[in-house]
Amino acid sequence: MALEESGPLFEARVQAHSFELALEHKRLAALGPDVGAVVSFTGQVRDHGLELEHYPGMAERQMQAVLADARERWPLIGAIVVHRFGRLEVGEPIVLVLTASSHRAAAFSAAEFLMDWLKTRAPFWKRAGDAWVEAKAGDDAAAARWG
Amino acid sequence: MIKLVYFAWVRERIGVAEETLELDVPASLADIVNRLRDVSERHRAAFSDLARIRAAVNQDFVGFDATVAPGDEVALFPPVTGG
Repeated sequence: MALEESGPLFEARVQAHSFELALEHKRLAALGPDVGAVVSFTGQVRDHGLELEHYPGMAERQMQAVLADARERWPLIGAIVVHRFGRLEVGEPIVLVLTASSHRAAAFSAAEFLMDWLKTRAPFWKRAGDAWVEAKAGDDAAAARWG
Repeated sequence: MIKLVYFAWVRERIGVAEETLELDVPASLADIVNRLRDVSERHRAAFSDLARIRAAVNQDFVGFDATVAPGDEVALFPPVTGG
Protein backbone atom coordinates (compact mmCIF):
# COMPACT_ATOMS: atom_id res chain seq x y z
CA MET A 1 0.00 0.00 0.00
CA ALA A 2 1.33 3.43 -0.90
CA LEU A 3 2.21 5.53 2.10
CA GLU A 4 2.21 8.80 0.21
CA GLU A 5 -1.39 9.66 0.90
CA SER A 6 -2.52 13.20 0.37
CA GLY A 7 -5.66 15.08 1.27
CA PRO A 8 -8.26 13.90 3.74
CA LEU A 9 -8.57 10.17 4.38
CA PHE A 10 -11.73 8.78 5.99
CA GLU A 11 -12.17 5.05 5.81
CA ALA A 12 -14.47 2.45 7.38
CA ARG A 13 -13.72 -1.24 6.86
CA VAL A 14 -15.27 -4.51 7.95
CA GLN A 15 -13.06 -7.56 7.59
CA ALA A 16 -12.41 -11.07 8.90
CA HIS A 17 -8.62 -10.78 8.87
CA SER A 18 -6.54 -8.84 11.35
CA PHE A 19 -5.25 -5.32 10.89
CA GLU A 20 -1.88 -3.70 11.33
CA LEU A 21 -1.86 -0.67 13.59
CA ALA A 22 1.55 0.55 12.42
CA LEU A 23 0.51 0.49 8.78
CA GLU A 24 -2.76 2.36 9.36
CA HIS A 25 -0.93 4.86 11.57
CA LYS A 26 1.60 5.56 8.82
CA ARG A 27 -1.21 6.24 6.34
CA LEU A 28 -2.66 8.94 8.58
CA ALA A 29 0.73 10.33 9.63
CA ALA A 30 1.57 10.83 5.94
CA LEU A 31 -1.52 12.88 5.14
CA GLY A 32 0.32 16.19 5.21
CA PRO A 33 2.37 18.72 7.15
CA ASP A 34 -0.68 19.90 9.10
CA VAL A 35 -1.03 16.54 10.87
CA GLY A 36 0.20 17.14 14.40
CA ALA A 37 -1.56 14.37 16.30
CA VAL A 38 -2.55 10.79 15.56
CA VAL A 39 -4.53 8.91 18.21
CA SER A 40 -5.23 5.19 18.04
CA PHE A 41 -7.48 2.83 19.97
CA THR A 42 -7.36 -0.94 19.64
CA GLY A 43 -10.02 -3.13 21.22
CA GLN A 44 -9.08 -6.74 21.84
CA VAL A 45 -10.93 -9.86 22.87
CA ARG A 46 -10.72 -10.52 26.61
CA ASP A 47 -11.77 -13.34 28.98
CA HIS A 48 -13.05 -15.75 26.32
CA GLY A 49 -13.15 -16.30 22.57
CA LEU A 50 -15.97 -14.78 20.54
CA GLU A 51 -17.94 -15.30 17.37
CA LEU A 52 -18.87 -11.99 15.75
CA GLU A 53 -21.88 -11.79 13.46
CA HIS A 54 -22.53 -8.63 11.45
CA TYR A 55 -24.97 -7.14 8.97
CA PRO A 56 -22.97 -6.72 5.75
CA GLY A 57 -23.67 -3.42 4.07
CA MET A 58 -25.33 -1.83 7.07
CA ALA A 59 -22.13 -2.21 9.11
CA GLU A 60 -20.08 -0.21 6.60
CA ARG A 61 -22.92 2.27 6.13
CA GLN A 62 -23.24 3.00 9.86
CA MET A 63 -19.48 3.22 10.36
CA GLN A 64 -19.32 5.76 7.51
CA ALA A 65 -22.14 7.71 9.14
CA VAL A 66 -20.30 7.82 12.47
CA LEU A 67 -17.17 9.05 10.66
CA ALA A 68 -19.23 11.79 8.99
CA ASP A 69 -20.61 12.84 12.40
CA ALA A 70 -17.08 13.05 13.81
CA ARG A 71 -15.93 15.21 10.88
CA GLU A 72 -18.69 17.69 11.61
CA ARG A 73 -17.65 18.00 15.26
CA TRP A 74 -13.84 18.15 15.06
CA PRO A 75 -11.29 19.46 12.55
CA LEU A 76 -10.06 16.03 11.52
CA ILE A 77 -7.63 15.47 8.69
CA GLY A 78 -8.24 11.76 8.62
CA ALA A 79 -9.78 8.82 10.46
CA ILE A 80 -9.84 5.06 9.99
CA VAL A 81 -12.18 2.59 11.66
CA VAL A 82 -11.80 -1.16 11.16
CA HIS A 83 -14.09 -3.79 12.70
CA ARG A 84 -13.49 -7.51 12.43
CA PHE A 85 -16.03 -10.32 12.26
CA GLY A 86 -15.96 -14.11 12.55
CA ARG A 87 -14.17 -16.25 15.12
CA LEU A 88 -11.79 -14.32 17.38
CA GLU A 89 -9.73 -15.72 20.25
CA VAL A 90 -8.65 -14.06 23.50
CA GLY A 91 -6.01 -11.41 22.86
CA GLU A 92 -6.91 -10.91 19.22
CA PRO A 93 -7.59 -7.36 18.03
CA ILE A 94 -11.25 -6.79 17.21
CA VAL A 95 -11.67 -3.08 16.51
CA LEU A 96 -9.35 -0.24 15.50
CA VAL A 97 -10.01 3.50 15.58
CA LEU A 98 -7.45 6.06 14.42
CA THR A 99 -7.85 9.80 14.17
CA ALA A 100 -5.54 12.49 12.81
CA SER A 101 -5.76 16.19 13.46
CA SER A 102 -3.50 19.20 13.85
CA HIS A 103 -3.82 19.11 17.63
CA ARG A 104 -4.24 16.36 20.20
CA ALA A 105 -7.51 17.51 21.77
CA ALA A 106 -9.54 16.94 18.61
CA ALA A 107 -7.81 13.64 17.87
CA PHE A 108 -8.39 12.29 21.41
CA SER A 109 -12.03 13.43 21.58
CA ALA A 110 -12.91 12.19 18.09
CA ALA A 111 -11.39 8.77 18.78
CA GLU A 112 -13.45 8.40 21.95
CA PHE A 113 -16.58 9.62 20.17
CA LEU A 114 -16.06 7.17 17.30
CA MET A 115 -15.58 4.26 19.66
CA ASP A 116 -18.61 5.16 21.80
CA TRP A 117 -20.83 5.41 18.74
CA LEU A 118 -19.50 2.26 17.12
CA LYS A 119 -20.57 0.37 20.25
CA THR A 120 -24.18 1.48 19.84
CA ARG A 121 -24.58 1.92 16.06
CA ALA A 122 -22.42 -0.63 14.27
CA PRO A 123 -24.53 -3.77 13.66
CA PHE A 124 -22.30 -6.44 15.17
CA TRP A 125 -23.31 -9.13 17.66
CA LYS A 126 -20.95 -11.08 19.89
CA ARG A 127 -21.53 -14.67 20.89
CA ALA A 128 -19.45 -16.33 23.63
CA GLY A 129 -19.95 -20.08 23.60
CA ASP A 130 -23.71 -20.71 23.44
CA ALA A 131 -24.75 -17.30 24.74
CA TRP A 132 -25.20 -14.02 22.89
CA VAL A 133 -23.56 -11.14 24.74
CA GLU A 134 -26.14 -8.72 26.18
CA ALA A 135 -25.92 -5.03 25.29
CA LYS A 136 -24.75 -2.83 28.17
CA ALA A 137 -26.72 0.19 29.37
CA GLY A 138 -23.35 1.83 30.04
CA ASP A 139 -22.57 1.78 26.31
CA ASP A 140 -25.76 3.70 25.53
CA ALA A 141 -24.94 6.19 28.27
CA ALA A 142 -21.39 6.64 26.94
CA ALA A 143 -22.73 7.44 23.46
CA ALA A 144 -25.54 9.66 24.76
CA ARG A 145 -23.17 12.02 26.58
CA TRP A 146 -21.98 13.35 23.20
CA GLY A 147 -25.45 14.79 22.62
CA MET B 1 -43.09 -7.78 -1.20
CA ILE B 2 -40.45 -6.88 1.37
CA LYS B 3 -37.25 -8.64 2.34
CA LEU B 4 -36.77 -9.46 6.01
CA VAL B 5 -33.33 -10.15 7.48
CA TYR B 6 -32.60 -11.40 10.98
CA PHE B 7 -29.46 -11.48 13.09
CA ALA B 8 -28.07 -13.10 16.24
CA TRP B 9 -30.68 -14.74 18.52
CA VAL B 10 -33.55 -13.34 16.48
CA ARG B 11 -32.23 -15.30 13.49
CA GLU B 12 -31.74 -18.41 15.63
CA ARG B 13 -35.20 -18.30 17.18
CA ILE B 14 -36.91 -17.85 13.83
CA GLY B 15 -34.71 -20.44 12.17
CA VAL B 16 -33.94 -18.56 8.96
CA ALA B 17 -31.60 -15.64 8.17
CA GLU B 18 -33.97 -14.03 5.70
CA GLU B 19 -37.41 -14.38 4.17
CA THR B 20 -39.96 -12.34 2.25
CA LEU B 21 -43.38 -11.03 3.18
CA GLU B 22 -46.16 -9.89 0.85
CA LEU B 23 -46.71 -6.14 1.11
CA ASP B 24 -48.66 -4.19 -1.51
CA VAL B 25 -49.11 -0.86 0.25
CA PRO B 26 -46.99 0.95 2.86
CA ALA B 27 -47.49 -0.15 6.47
CA SER B 28 -45.97 0.69 9.83
CA LEU B 29 -43.14 -1.49 11.07
CA ALA B 30 -45.29 -2.30 14.11
CA ASP B 31 -47.96 -3.71 11.76
CA ILE B 32 -45.32 -5.75 9.92
CA VAL B 33 -44.08 -7.26 13.18
CA ASN B 34 -47.65 -8.08 14.19
CA ARG B 35 -48.12 -9.94 10.92
CA LEU B 36 -44.83 -11.78 11.46
CA ARG B 37 -45.98 -12.95 14.89
CA ASP B 38 -48.74 -14.90 13.14
CA VAL B 39 -46.38 -16.65 10.75
CA SER B 40 -45.25 -19.31 13.25
CA GLU B 41 -44.71 -20.04 16.93
CA ARG B 42 -41.02 -19.37 16.40
CA HIS B 43 -41.78 -15.88 15.05
CA ARG B 44 -44.13 -15.26 17.96
CA ALA B 45 -41.41 -16.25 20.43
CA ALA B 46 -38.77 -14.10 18.72
CA PHE B 47 -40.97 -11.00 18.76
CA SER B 48 -42.66 -11.51 22.14
CA ASP B 49 -40.82 -8.56 23.71
CA LEU B 50 -40.15 -5.66 21.35
CA ALA B 51 -38.10 -3.88 24.02
CA ARG B 52 -35.41 -6.43 23.18
CA ILE B 53 -35.60 -5.85 19.42
CA ARG B 54 -33.98 -3.16 17.28
CA ALA B 55 -34.87 -2.49 13.65
CA ALA B 56 -33.47 -1.04 10.46
CA VAL B 57 -35.17 -0.20 7.18
CA ASN B 58 -32.86 -0.13 4.18
CA GLN B 59 -29.89 -0.32 6.57
CA ASP B 60 -30.78 2.71 8.69
CA PHE B 61 -32.00 2.41 12.29
CA VAL B 62 -35.71 3.12 12.73
CA GLY B 63 -38.37 2.93 15.43
CA PHE B 64 -41.44 0.69 15.20
CA ASP B 65 -43.51 3.68 14.07
CA ALA B 66 -41.48 3.85 10.82
CA THR B 67 -43.25 3.29 7.51
CA VAL B 68 -42.25 0.29 5.44
CA ALA B 69 -42.90 0.33 1.70
CA PRO B 70 -42.95 -2.50 -0.86
CA GLY B 71 -39.39 -3.29 -1.92
CA ASP B 72 -37.83 -2.27 1.39
CA GLU B 73 -35.28 -4.35 3.28
CA VAL B 74 -36.34 -4.69 6.91
CA ALA B 75 -33.87 -5.97 9.50
CA LEU B 76 -34.83 -7.14 13.00
CA PHE B 77 -32.15 -7.92 15.56
CA PRO B 78 -31.11 -7.58 19.22
CA PRO B 79 -29.35 -4.43 20.48
CA VAL B 80 -25.88 -4.39 18.93
CA THR B 81 -22.84 -5.57 20.89
CA GLY B 82 -19.86 -4.79 18.68
CA GLY B 83 -16.74 -2.77 19.43
